[in-house]
Amino acid sequence: MGEEAIIKKFMYVNRKSPYGTIYALESLEVVLISAAFDQDVSLTFTDDGVYQLMKNQKTEGIGMKNFSSTYSALGDYEIKKIYIDKESLEERGLSISDLQELVWEDEDEDYAEKSSINLVSRDELSEIMNQQDIVMSF
Amino acid sequence: MSMLHTVNKSPFENSSISSCLAMCTNDSSVLFIEDGVISVMKSTKFSDLIMDSLSKYKIYALKPDLEARGLSLDNVIDGVEIVGYDEFVDLTTEHDSVQSWL
Repeated sequence: MGEEAIIKKFMYVNRKSPYGTIYALESLEVVLISAAFDQDVSLTFTDDGVYQLMKNQKTEGIGMKNFSSTYSALGDYEIKKIYIDKESLEERGLSISDLQELVWEDEDEDYAEKSSINLVSRDELSEIMNQQDIVMSF
Repeated sequence: MSMLHTVNKSPFENSSISSCLAMCTNDSSVLFIEDGVISVMKSTKFSDLIMDSLSKYKIYALKPDLEARGLSLDNVIDGVEIVGYDEFVDLTTEHDSVQSWL
């Protein structure tokens, strides 16, 4: 078409625990769909949203789909910027080791796996959030 | 009248937990289900509230909801009883009434 592609900075903010409401699953679906549009995408996990990335989720007992393994596909969709709110973890007695690791493959470095996870303070998160063109909250 | 209180929201999400505990009497029990199970974990900013309440009321948490969220049973506050769906049914029949805090 001859038009230059416009790339905007999108941030998806996840603030809810995974199974009590549908927000977490819906957010993940939207993120994966939006990955097809070659935008600058980042994900934030804050407040109860940090529970979405907990390891060892076992949902057989509640009869719901366990979608926690889907987060590991984010790297394949070129989503490499995942921000985790350090204070939210601390308030919940959690540490980064309670969460699953998320990586992306750097094709410029022989597909070396690099971590997508950035542990940030609320001050840092505020700064990053303020640089976004579009913020979507779930 | 004995009452079973159920709490299904995360303590970080709304004030159900404090409202519920304020209404509890000596023969009340509190059962945490769904996102409510976050309330019974050690080292959160709500742990002290739960530990104080344990001397006054029986406190339960639903195991399948803990497991679904990857919350380790080892990190549940000591004294909180972990129950399954069968015991959930028993609790509702053993109490005179049930109040669901939403």
